Amino acid sequence: MNINLTLIGQLIAFVAFVAFCMRYVWPPIAGAMAERQIQIAEGLAAADRAGHDLEVAQQQVDERLAEAKREAAGIIEAANKRAQAVVEEAKDTASTEAERVKAAAAAEIEQERARAQEQLLTQVSALALAGAEKILAAEIDADKHSDLLKTLSADS
Amino acid sequence: MAANGDTQTVSEYIVHHLTNLTYGKLPGGYERYDGSIVPEAGQWTMAHGADEMTAMGFNAVHVDSMIWSVGLGLIFCWVFRRVAVRASAGVPTGLVNFIEMVVEFVDGTVKDTFHGRNPLIAPLALTIFVWVFLMNLMDLIPVDLIPHSLMLVGVEYQKIVPSTDPNITMGMAIGVFVLMLFYSIKVKGFGFVKELTLNPFNHPLFIPINLFMEVVGLLAKPFSLGLRLFGNMYAGEMIFILIAALFSVGLFWLLPAALLQVGWAIFHILVITLQAFIFMVLTIVYLSMAHEDH
Repeated sequence: MNINLTLIGQLIAFVAFVAFCMRYVWPPIAGAMAERQIQIAEGLAAADRAGHDLEVAQQQVDERLAEAKREAAGIIEAANKRAQAVVEEAKDTASTEAERVKAAAAAEIEQERARAQEQLLTQVSALALAGAEKILAAEIDADKHSDLLKTLSADS
Repeated sequence: MAANGDTQTVSEYIVHHLTNLTYGKLPGGYERYDGSIVPEAGQWTMAHGADEMTAMGFNAVHVDSMIWSVGLGLIFCWVFRRVAVRASAGVPTGLVNFIEMVVEFVDGTVKDTFHGRNPLIAPLALTIFVWVFLMNLMDLIPVDLIPHSLMLVGVEYQKIVPSTDPNITMGMAIGVFVLMLFYSIKVKGFGFVKELTLNPFNHPLFIPINLFMEVVGLLAKPFSLGLRLFGNMYAGEMIFILIAALFSVGLFWLLPAALLQVGWAIFHILVITLQAFIFMVLTIVYLSMAHEDH
């Protein structure tokens, strides 16, 4: 067990290594680790926030979905009502139109009938006159009885 | 393992293993191992044998201890510096991960024990822990491997475990002691003198007694630090050497010696880690005490 200059040499080496470690080794490693710690903490917090945000968004989605469903139901109902109304309206219009057409047709028919009757009457009276002329020609003077015949035709 | 062929005895073998490769100054007039006389002015040379080392006294350097110790320190600096350069807040991989684990462990220990605010303590603790661990780790290398290989190329002595050299352990302990004194005075100022003189008996009459007790207590700290590590490692190394000597006793002893070797090596993994840890923790505790104002 000799104590000698080795002691001093080791002391110097010790100081040098501690100084080196203090200057070039410890700060970068400890700094990087501290920085990583902060980053991880931030990451976890962000994840928490994101989870919360997701929940809120899900809630909003649900609300919007329900609203949309309600709106859709309303629209369908309104459309149904409108369709019914349109159908009713169409029915009304159609029946009115039919009435009108029917009435017009009836009026025309009546007109046609009156005209035909008049024509027929004229033809019958001419025929009757012709027949009567032939019967009477033999015995009745035309000039004498023309007034009578005129009044007859006018009556019919 | 034989230095002098078959003539080496077991005790010679053990002593040889416990001798450092020493470079030092022999005093003038000393008669060397080969009969030559050292000139009056003295002579710097490699020591040959224990007698010459004793004659050198304080003017000598344990070359092997210094080389291994500084070399291991440089390995520590190199590896940790590489990691420090690569360290980022990103995902750590491989070596960075391992080094960060060590750093975190040391940092945790420092934070548990040292409550002040001093940027020196944590790097100091890290250096001590890793460096002492690496020096202790040399103990697990088979005792004859490196010394015998070096002997083949002409290096006479080689002790590859620096922490079995009291110079090495006490050198570090004295470094810590200087820091203790420095911070005691810096933090407490005159309070440090009061602590030494008026504690435990707070009366002017007791100042000499107090001073004696406190100084002994103070000086005991670096010795407990350095000699504990030295003692443990020296004893462990000694047992490795004894087991190694057992191999040469006879064929019958090969198997038991091998089992002992493995068993002691496994146990020693625990010891070297624990001793490095104790050195670090005691350093932190002593420096923490230096910072505490009563």
